[in-house]
Amino acid sequence: MSNRIVLIFTLLLACQLAGEVVTRLLRLPVPGPVLGMVILFCALLMRRQVPDDLSAVTGGLLHNLSLLFVPAGVGVMLHAQLLVENWVALSAALLLSAVITIVVTGVVMTWALRLTQEKKAGAA
Amino acid sequence: MIANPSEIWVYLAASPLLHLTMTLTAYLVGDYCFRKSGQKAIFNPVLMAIVLLVVILRATNTSYETYFEGAQFVHFLLGPATVALAVPLYRQFDRVRHSAPAILVSLLAGSVTAVLSATLIAWLLGAPQDVIASIAPKSATTPIAMGVSEQIGGLPSLTAVLVILTGIVGAMAGTTILERVGVRDAGVQGFALGLTSHGIGTARALQVSEVAGAFSALAMGLNGLATSLLAPLLVHLLGLW
Repeated sequence: MSNRIVLIFTLLLACQLAGEVVTRLLRLPVPGPVLGMVILFCALLMRRQVPDDLSAVTGGLLHNLSLLFVPAGVGVMLHAQLLVENWVALSAALLLSAVITIVVTGVVMTWALRLTQEKKAGAA
Repeated sequence: MIANPSEIWVYLAASPLLHLTMTLTAYLVGDYCFRKSGQKAIFNPVLMAIVLLVVILRATNTSYETYFEGAQFVHFLLGPATVALAVPLYRQFDRVRHSAPAILVSLLAGSVTAVLSATLIAWLLGAPQDVIASIAPKSATTPIAMGVSEQIGGLPSLTAVLVILTGIVGAMAGTTILERVGVRDAGVQGFALGLTSHGIGTARALQVSEVAGAFSALAMGLNGLATSLLAPLLVHLLGLW
């Protein structure tokens, strides 16, 4: 393993660490890694380009992002009884709410984009 | 002399190696089925891996704590992976910037819808208070959702599970539903996926395109923030309890 990869990993962890420290220090309602994402994003804005190694390492991580949710998902076994007792309410709420939220967000955003673009076109 | 298999089992059951390997294997099996099926939503790799692992852990009488000692190495990578989302976000920043007003409007609409619809449906169907509180923040990313849940009287570990399940539902059905209601723009699709289904929706959006992935990562971050501010307020206003 080239030590550039170690460097990139250190960078990602350092951003997360900085994020964790700042959220706790300022009692922000955002988790450390999300703030870490903001920190890396600002660093990229200043650098004005994505280094190749960073692109390669993050590409690899993000390509397998859904794997990382498996361990937390297996936690479903801890609540088997609660889930069985409330399965009608929970499955209806989860399914319907997800569908409604996706539709509302997608439709509102499409509509808002159209409106702002028409305004720009009208102004031009 | 060959060792007794039960001795080997005692060693393996206590070491992180076995459950780490099992986690990766279960995911590879799920991913293989997903690809083989021509990416059919029902063969969602996360869902298949979870079902497979729960069945095996139950059959071998293994506790979640023991399992997690191995699986935590995978779980830990969620942090750096979240930081890594800055890269697609940066690459698509111009598009994102031009959509800023639409992003804010749809963030507000989506975030309020996510909390209200889940809470009201669970309440109407007679779920107890702690379960309703646990489901309210389910569209936010796990650490935020768990914090909100605790604040409003839910069970954080139940919330973690509901968050993952919401993610899976969105990833499975999201793009099909959006196409059906005529939402075809990759950026909009990504934003709706990330808002509803946080990181799992973002993983799905990244498969659609980098544009979708970037908008999804943004939506995940913004909705985490919005949920932490809005959910306690909305639940209080509803006064369901």
